Amino acid sequence: MNLTNLVWIFFSAAVINNFTLSLFLGLCPFFGVSSKIGTAFRMGVANIFVMVITVIASWALETYVLVHAPYLQLISYIVVIASTVQFVEMVIKKMSPSLFRALGIFLPLITTNCAILGLALFSVSKGYGLVEGIFYALGAGVGLTLALVLMAGLREDVELADTPKIVKGTAMNFFIAGILSMAFMGFAGLFASH
Amino acid sequence: MTAQSDRERAVTELVKGIWRENPVFVALLGLCPAMAVTNSAINALAMGGATFFVLVGSSVLVSLLRSWIPKQVRITTFIVIIATFVTVADYSLHALAPAVYKELGAFIALIVVNCIILGRQEAFASRNSVGLSALDALGMSAGFTLALFMLGSIREVLGNGSFFGVPLFGAGFEPWVVMILPPGGFLTMGTLLMIFNWLSERRKRSAQLLLEGGAA
Repeated sequence: MNLTNLVWIFFSAAVINNFTLSLFLGLCPFFGVSSKIGTAFRMGVANIFVMVITVIASWALETYVLVHAPYLQLISYIVVIASTVQFVEMVIKKMSPSLFRALGIFLPLITTNCAILGLALFSVSKGYGLVEGIFYALGAGVGLTLALVLMAGLREDVELADTPKIVKGTAMNFFIAGILSMAFMGFAGLFASH
Repeated sequence: MTAQSDRERAVTELVKGIWRENPVFVALLGLCPAMAVTNSAINALAMGGATFFVLVGSSVLVSLLRSWIPKQVRITTFIVIIATFVTVADYSLHALAPAVYKELGAFIALIVVNCIILGRQEAFASRNSVGLSALDALGMSAGFTLALFMLGSIREVLGNGSFFGVPLFGAGFEPWVVMILPPGGFLTMGTLLMIFNWLSERRKRSAQLLLEGGAA
């Protein structure tokens, strides 16, 4: 496990295999809370936090518990994720009530954000250890935040543009996402030697 | 409540999910699987089938247990029930159809976090009788499968020039590869939503014209 490898894991998860734009994970918050840049950024940070805790917990579960009962994998992961989200929710409610209101229903819905469970499952199936897993989680979280912020920035501008009535709203958001996703495909050639 | 209206109610619960309250196109739920596994028609159907099993199973079980589940821990209870059904679906599919399982990858396991399923438990199954919950689950999963199948067919036909793996066009057809790549999912979905908006807009306008014509 050397540093190059960790950097590679980080960038691979953040831009090349961006969780939202290439793997289609976490689309609910991607479309739901991307109307303002500030909220989108904070949502991303909350996600990074939950991701890192989840990946640590899933590593511990995988190493000490699930070797004896592999069929409990999904159930135990989702319980860990649900409790972490509950914890984050309480912290945010205490620290910043305004952010709590801005995130609204999407905060408890981090539980059902496929990016979190997907991260835990991918991290295990790729055979990552603890440190690699944490870098993977950080990369995925940064990638998610990047996608959210980019999307929010574009949406803020398109909102003011004169678009036909039938593409206003969700249809337009999908077109923006499609174009962003195409742009991210360009990263596929990065680090070709790997 | 008479027998007649009971039956009407049952039909309403069954039919609403298929089109009028379609979980993907109208409620915009379950977008992750709707984008990720719809690069071919067969994958879309397999995903629809697995979701059907999980949604109907957990709706019936939640509805049966609804008076025993404490309100404070209901979400956790629902999700554990859902995770159990998904584990069953995951292991069964792995044993029965290894090729499809390999194609869908982690997305079978990710049915756990499909918002449609948790949403139906919270909004419907935890408040209604077993029969109605089963019908609601049937309708919703049919609507989900329909949406996936539409997306999957369009993307496969355009992106690969085939339908269920059978080539449709001659050798001269240049496939639009982008359609089966990630951006294609977003673009297909955007185009479909745009067409639906256009249709409903047109219907509204013709209704308006009819009204004005009647007044004149």
